[in-house]
Amino acid sequence: MAKLNVNGRVIEVAVEDDTPLLWVLREQLGLTGTKYGCGIAQCGACTVHVDGTATRACATPVSAFDDTQKIVTIEGLSPDSSHPIQQAWLALDVPQCGFCQSGMIMAAAALLAATPRPTEAQIREEVTNICRCGTYNRVIAGIQRAAGTGTAG
Amino acid sequence: MNAIRTPTRRGILAGAALGGLTLGFRIPLPNEAIAQTAAAPTAPEVNAWVVVKPDDSVVIRIARSEMGQGTLTGLAQLVAEELECDWAKVTTEYPTPGQNLARGRVWGSMSTGGSRGIRESHEYVRKGGAAARMMLVQAAANAWSVPAGECRAAASVITHGPSGRTATFGSVAEAAGRLPVPTEVPLKDPADWKLAGKPVPRLDTAAKLNGSQVYGMDLTLPGMLNAAIHACPVFGGKVRSVDSAAAERMPGVRRVLRVGDYAVAVVADTWWRAKTALDAVTITWDEGDHARASSAGFAEVMKTALDAPQAAVGNRAGDAAAAIAGAARKVEAVYSYPHQNHACMEVMNATAVWTPERCEVWTPTQNGEAAHAAAAEAAGLPPARCEVHKIHLGGGFGRRGAVHDWVRQVVDIAKQMPGTPVKLIWSREEDMLQGRFHPVTMCKLTAGLDAQGNLTGLQMRIAGQSIVAGIFPQNIRDGRDPVVFQGLNAASNEADIGYGIPNLLIDHAMRNPHVPPGFWRGVNLNQNAIYLECFMDELAHAAGKDPLEFRRALMRNHPKHLAVLNAVAERAGWGTPAAPVNGQPVFRGLAQTHGFGSYVAACAEVSVSDAGALKIHRIVAATDPGYAVNPQQIAAQVEGSFVYGLSAALYGECTVKDGRIEQTNFDSYQVLRMDEMPKVETIVAPTGGFWGGVGEPTIAVAAPAVLNAIFAATGKRVRDLPLKNTSLRRT
Ligand code: FES
Ligand code: FES
Repeated sequence: MAKLNVNGRVIEVAVEDDTPLLWVLREQLGLTGTKYGCGIAQCGACTVHVDGTATRACATPVSAFDDTQKIVTIEGLSPDSSHPIQQAWLALDVPQCGFCQSGMIMAAAALLAATPRPTEAQIREEVTNICRCGTYNRVIAGIQRAAGTGTAG
Repeated sequence: MNAIRTPTRRGILAGAALGGLTLGFRIPLPNEAIAQTAAAPTAPEVNAWVVVKPDDSVVIRIARSEMGQGTLTGLAQLVAEELECDWAKVTTEYPTPGQNLARGRVWGSMSTGGSRGIRESHEYVRKGGAAARMMLVQAAANAWSVPAGECRAAASVITHGPSGRTATFGSVAEAAGRLPVPTEVPLKDPADWKLAGKPVPRLDTAAKLNGSQVYGMDLTLPGMLNAAIHACPVFGGKVRSVDSAAAERMPGVRRVLRVGDYAVAVVADTWWRAKTALDAVTITWDEGDHARASSAGFAEVMKTALDAPQAAVGNRAGDAAAAIAGAARKVEAVYSYPHQNHACMEVMNATAVWTPERCEVWTPTQNGEAAHAAAAEAAGLPPARCEVHKIHLGGGFGRRGAVHDWVRQVVDIAKQMPGTPVKLIWSREEDMLQGRFHPVTMCKLTAGLDAQGNLTGLQMRIAGQSIVAGIFPQNIRDGRDPVVFQGLNAASNEADIGYGIPNLLIDHAMRNPHVPPGFWRGVNLNQNAIYLECFMDELAHAAGKDPLEFRRALMRNHPKHLAVLNAVAERAGWGTPAAPVNGQPVFRGLAQTHGFGSYVAACAEVSVSDAGALKIHRIVAATDPGYAVNPQQIAAQVEGSFVYGLSAALYGECTVKDGRIEQTNFDSYQVLRMDEMPKVETIVAPTGGFWGGVGEPTIAVAAPAVLNAIFAATGKRVRDLPLKNTSLRRT
């Protein structure tokens, strides 16, 4: 049994302690916007916010959480896709297949929350998510647009 | 009886308790679903391509698959251009392969590979839009009792010129749908396009920003169970015995099953429980004939084949052997290119429900019809009793097109649990081990230069794997795989060599390892462009000539190849020194090729530190796809293709040891990340008169342009890919 605070709601789920948070979100809570890409904290497709910090949900068991930690998934980032990152993504048509993009957006949003005006070098260093479609340059431009920095577009 | 619960095409249930979507959808009974498949789609249609609803919203049917490449938007633009509808009111839907079969393939091919999505179907989809417009106009003209010729359509409104009367598409759509489909359907001159050819935003972006886009992996059906699978890691091996006692006692586990004679699956209430239990199953394999196979062993086979007397000829002119024998100078080099996994971001998955009467499958596929055929075969049912519902792909890159091994597996599992929907998801490890791999080849190039450094003869002997032999062996004639010569053909308008070489012999000694091959984004153009373009660079240096000038001299009769090469050279500033970056001098390399019908070239700018650290700063790319339906999506595809191509060049390698692939996840199979991503400047230069593809061609110039720039920077000629295996440290 785990007690979680997800997207502002406290819920109890009956699940083995060692179940990764990712699979609890996807299977017990039906929040399928958070993706499975590797299961070993390599790709970032499963990125969520835990108390505002970008966290790879595939590599942490649900038992590591209780309802004092605020977990936010892509579904809870904004009620209407109005987060500046989501808006920038829309303006620049960042996603291709989109499968990595929940994780990309969550990683980018966490970066901006911690560093509102990141340099390009900081963006490249901090966002380590994998995108096989190759949206990296648009991701950089999207973060810069949301931050009001840079001219790329 | 086992009731199959079948969400409709547009009604996929995603999410449950929290923030889940409550998409309204109908669940037809099994008989109803069959009737729906056999007859017509639920919404009234003007014709097969266009549905106009009473509120004027337009649904455009898209037969090809969207996997990120933007084809969905591009095809909709082409239909809408001719339809003259209001673009803001356009949505899209996939017709199913079952419907296509029942309606005599009214939507043509559903295959989405070879960068063919648009170039192969542009004409009939435009005609579909134009015919629908003609029918809508005719319906309005009939209602007004005026000649259709006096009416015209624009932005979903039909206007009768003389009287000024107007009617919306929605108001006449039903009447239009009852009219005969016209046979004479003239198309606009592309010069008159207003919507096609424009960089309009994609239609499918919004759902990808908030988690609401449903991928195959996200699917939930009522009563659904989840399956994890483990197939014999040695290709061709079989299951000898299974001890599942421990797994069967684990929470949530319903069944431990054999899948064919080569795999074991666990079915449980959740996927995580299925996967955890699968890890607890002890499987003994009969590894078969290939248990000792290795990459090193196969490299020896290919090396021998570089000089084998027998080979299938791909392109021949003059007498290459004689020209080289008589040349003032002979240059020779051997290159190699490894196996690679597609590593789609979304692993293979599918959901199926089977009863003795019917089988339905939901899956991300690049080819709905091939998935349908695979499902029917595995189901043991006639195709008319099977259906496949296509779902947006989390990447395809060729993995999800020609071979539907995962679809066969899920149907095999579902068949053992009649009436229960089962979703099969591969783990990343399974996806890495059970890929359909980029073919492995080597190439020996031999050339003769005359005293002035002119190329007088060239031989290219390719040795190694054939994709076609592995997937469509019936297409091999006299040992010849026509696809293996991509980018090296004599004139074919598809993938031609860009040089006029008086004495030329390009042939292929086919040698197939036990590793199953696949069409991998860029296909054989990937290695062929490296082989030829890096060797051209070698020849230019051997001749003491500038690599651009050396190529130009051979390209007089290949103006389209030359034009894109010139375009990148000019934009990049070839011939002038590049500005240093952080004190490191920057060097350039060039490459050009022709593939999937498009002419492409790249100029890469790199620096290499004394310690051997490579930095790729900028790539200038040019593509001439004939027509550009959406320049912004083309730019996105070109940028993305360099990520895929540079991942391959820098890191991409699957090696075989003890008959199995050694790389199991993104820790051992590295790919390019953002910190290494160069700037990409894309020149889209369509010259018209032909239709080329966009998703793949530019991948092929990524590696050779970078390798040639590395040579310029270091004097080191890297001939074996990937680059990670070669130190660039200055010694
Ligand atoms: S799925 Fe968590 S990092 Fe890849
Ligand atoms: S958009 Fe497809 S993996 Fe990133």
